Amino acid sequence: MPYKSIENAADKYDVVVIGSGLGGLTTANRLANAGHRVLLTEHHHRLGGLATWFKRRGHIFDISLHGFPHGMIKTCRKYWNRAIMDSIVQLNNIVFDNPQFTIRTTFDKVDFTSILTNRFKVARASVDDFFNTVAGMNFYDDRTMTTRELFEQFFPGRSDVHRLLMEPISYANGSNFNDPAITYGIVFSNFMNKGVFTFSGGTDKLIEMMVEELEKNGVTICTNSRAERIVIDQGRVRGVEIDGRFIETACVVSNAGILNTIDDLAGRASFSAEFLEKIKPVQVNNSSCQVYMGIREGERLNDIGDLLFTSTAPAYDVDEMLDMETRSRTFSLYYPKTRPGHDRYTVVASMNARYDDWAGLPEERYQKEKEKMIERSLVDLERYIPDIRQKCDWLEAATPKTFQRYTLHTKGTSFGTKFEGLEVSRSLFNDVKGLFHVGSVGIIMSGWLGAINYGVIVANDADAYLRS
Amino acid sequence: MTRDEIKDVVLEIIQDIDEDGEVENLNADAPLRDQLDLDSMDFLDIVMELRKRYQLQIPEGDYPELASLSSCVNYLEPRLKDV
Repeated sequence: MPYKSIENAADKYDVVVIGSGLGGLTTANRLANAGHRVLLTEHHHRLGGLATWFKRRGHIFDISLHGFPHGMIKTCRKYWNRAIMDSIVQLNNIVFDNPQFTIRTTFDKVDFTSILTNRFKVARASVDDFFNTVAGMNFYDDRTMTTRELFEQFFPGRSDVHRLLMEPISYANGSNFNDPAITYGIVFSNFMNKGVFTFSGGTDKLIEMMVEELEKNGVTICTNSRAERIVIDQGRVRGVEIDGRFIETACVVSNAGILNTIDDLAGRASFSAEFLEKIKPVQVNNSSCQVYMGIREGERLNDIGDLLFTSTAPAYDVDEMLDMETRSRTFSLYYPKTRPGHDRYTVVASMNARYDDWAGLPEERYQKEKEKMIERSLVDLERYIPDIRQKCDWLEAATPKTFQRYTLHTKGTSFGTKFEGLEVSRSLFNDVKGLFHVGSVGIIMSGWLGAINYGVIVANDADAYLRS
Repeated sequence: MTRDEIKDVVLEIIQDIDEDGEVENLNADAPLRDQLDLDSMDFLDIVMELRKRYQLQIPEGDYPELASLSSCVNYLEPRLKDV
């Protein structure tokens, strides 16, 4: 069992991992596997970062278990264990419903090709060309082309096709038409290749299995333990101050936000002027709002799909999707199959949102806006489940302020940073020896699969440093 | 280590990564990526495993040297000669 405070930790570790998002968990596991003594600290009482859940009156609400790519299967086998891999199951019923089109899809390349050619009447050659182009994109390729330009090149003037291709990715990682085409290509070719998958047993089960594996590999885990400062002396990491206690270490992997790591944990004074210049263009991504709906025990929902991308906005519109009163939201449906044995249904509506819209509201207005958002989500969901109001016995909303409170992320970002953040994250240790960052950065290292794989990449960097 | 021993080690590491891959009949001169279900993460795993076993540091710029079985052996031979 993880310790519930830093008190029980030893005085010294080879590595301290600050934060237990999927990236931090994976780095900790990899480094322990490689033979290092690892301390994992988490300020919250629960591990998982945004891969989390909460319980209300018998309901279990998943925050970010909406669907991940096929690549998770191999990644979980290699970097976690077979039991975790074996719990991954496919979601077959993905729905789009907006004024431009209504479709149902298995969200893979074959089905998308068929939809684009038969339904949207796009020439087969253009579709194949598009898929080949995005599949060949690398993160080091030219990034001056925007996603908008990419879409215009292959599907000129087709705002319906652009919406089909962009909308799910905007929900998945907060990117939009203005982001580099390569970030789109890399994420899209991962996602739309072989369908959408989920974790049978829910987020709680996944994190429980990961904790079991970490403990088996000898990682010391301390929750309720907030790292206050990374102690750096003469350009090298010396230790971490955690709840007033100094833990000695030569290597820190921060799974806090990249800007939190630089500004709050290390402090700008630890970096060169040149490096500080490099972080100027780093922008954090947008945040999210969610509405959680718990279905009364004994009630059932018909299968209306696993993931519904819905909007009543006339076309895909970046600003519309971020607006407090957006008409665009995804519904994630959790049927009893999500948690076999736990015979309950929940629905989570997710929207993109701007931190600044919510953060400045006076308390009364804030509460009122949350109620209005719950109401709008119910009205939307009634189109698919007419008696949803009668079936619900729990309604609750989260805003960017909620995300900020639990993750401590700068401006409550739910998708890390835009593209520039990747280079900064990966070059931290050139400036401060022994300091590494893992977490959602650069759009491509985002989502459950991105976070876990980035955890492996950073573990490799840290391992190279520790053995040098 | 001899060239054959190095080859066996590389194949053993690859087999752990790609359990279903048929490593016996690989064309040694063709890219591993084209013959097995390997992606860039898998190559990182090879690098990390070699470091763990032999304290061998392979800089990121040298990763392309691991593209095929023969290029792996050529690259590793001088570096593992005293192992």
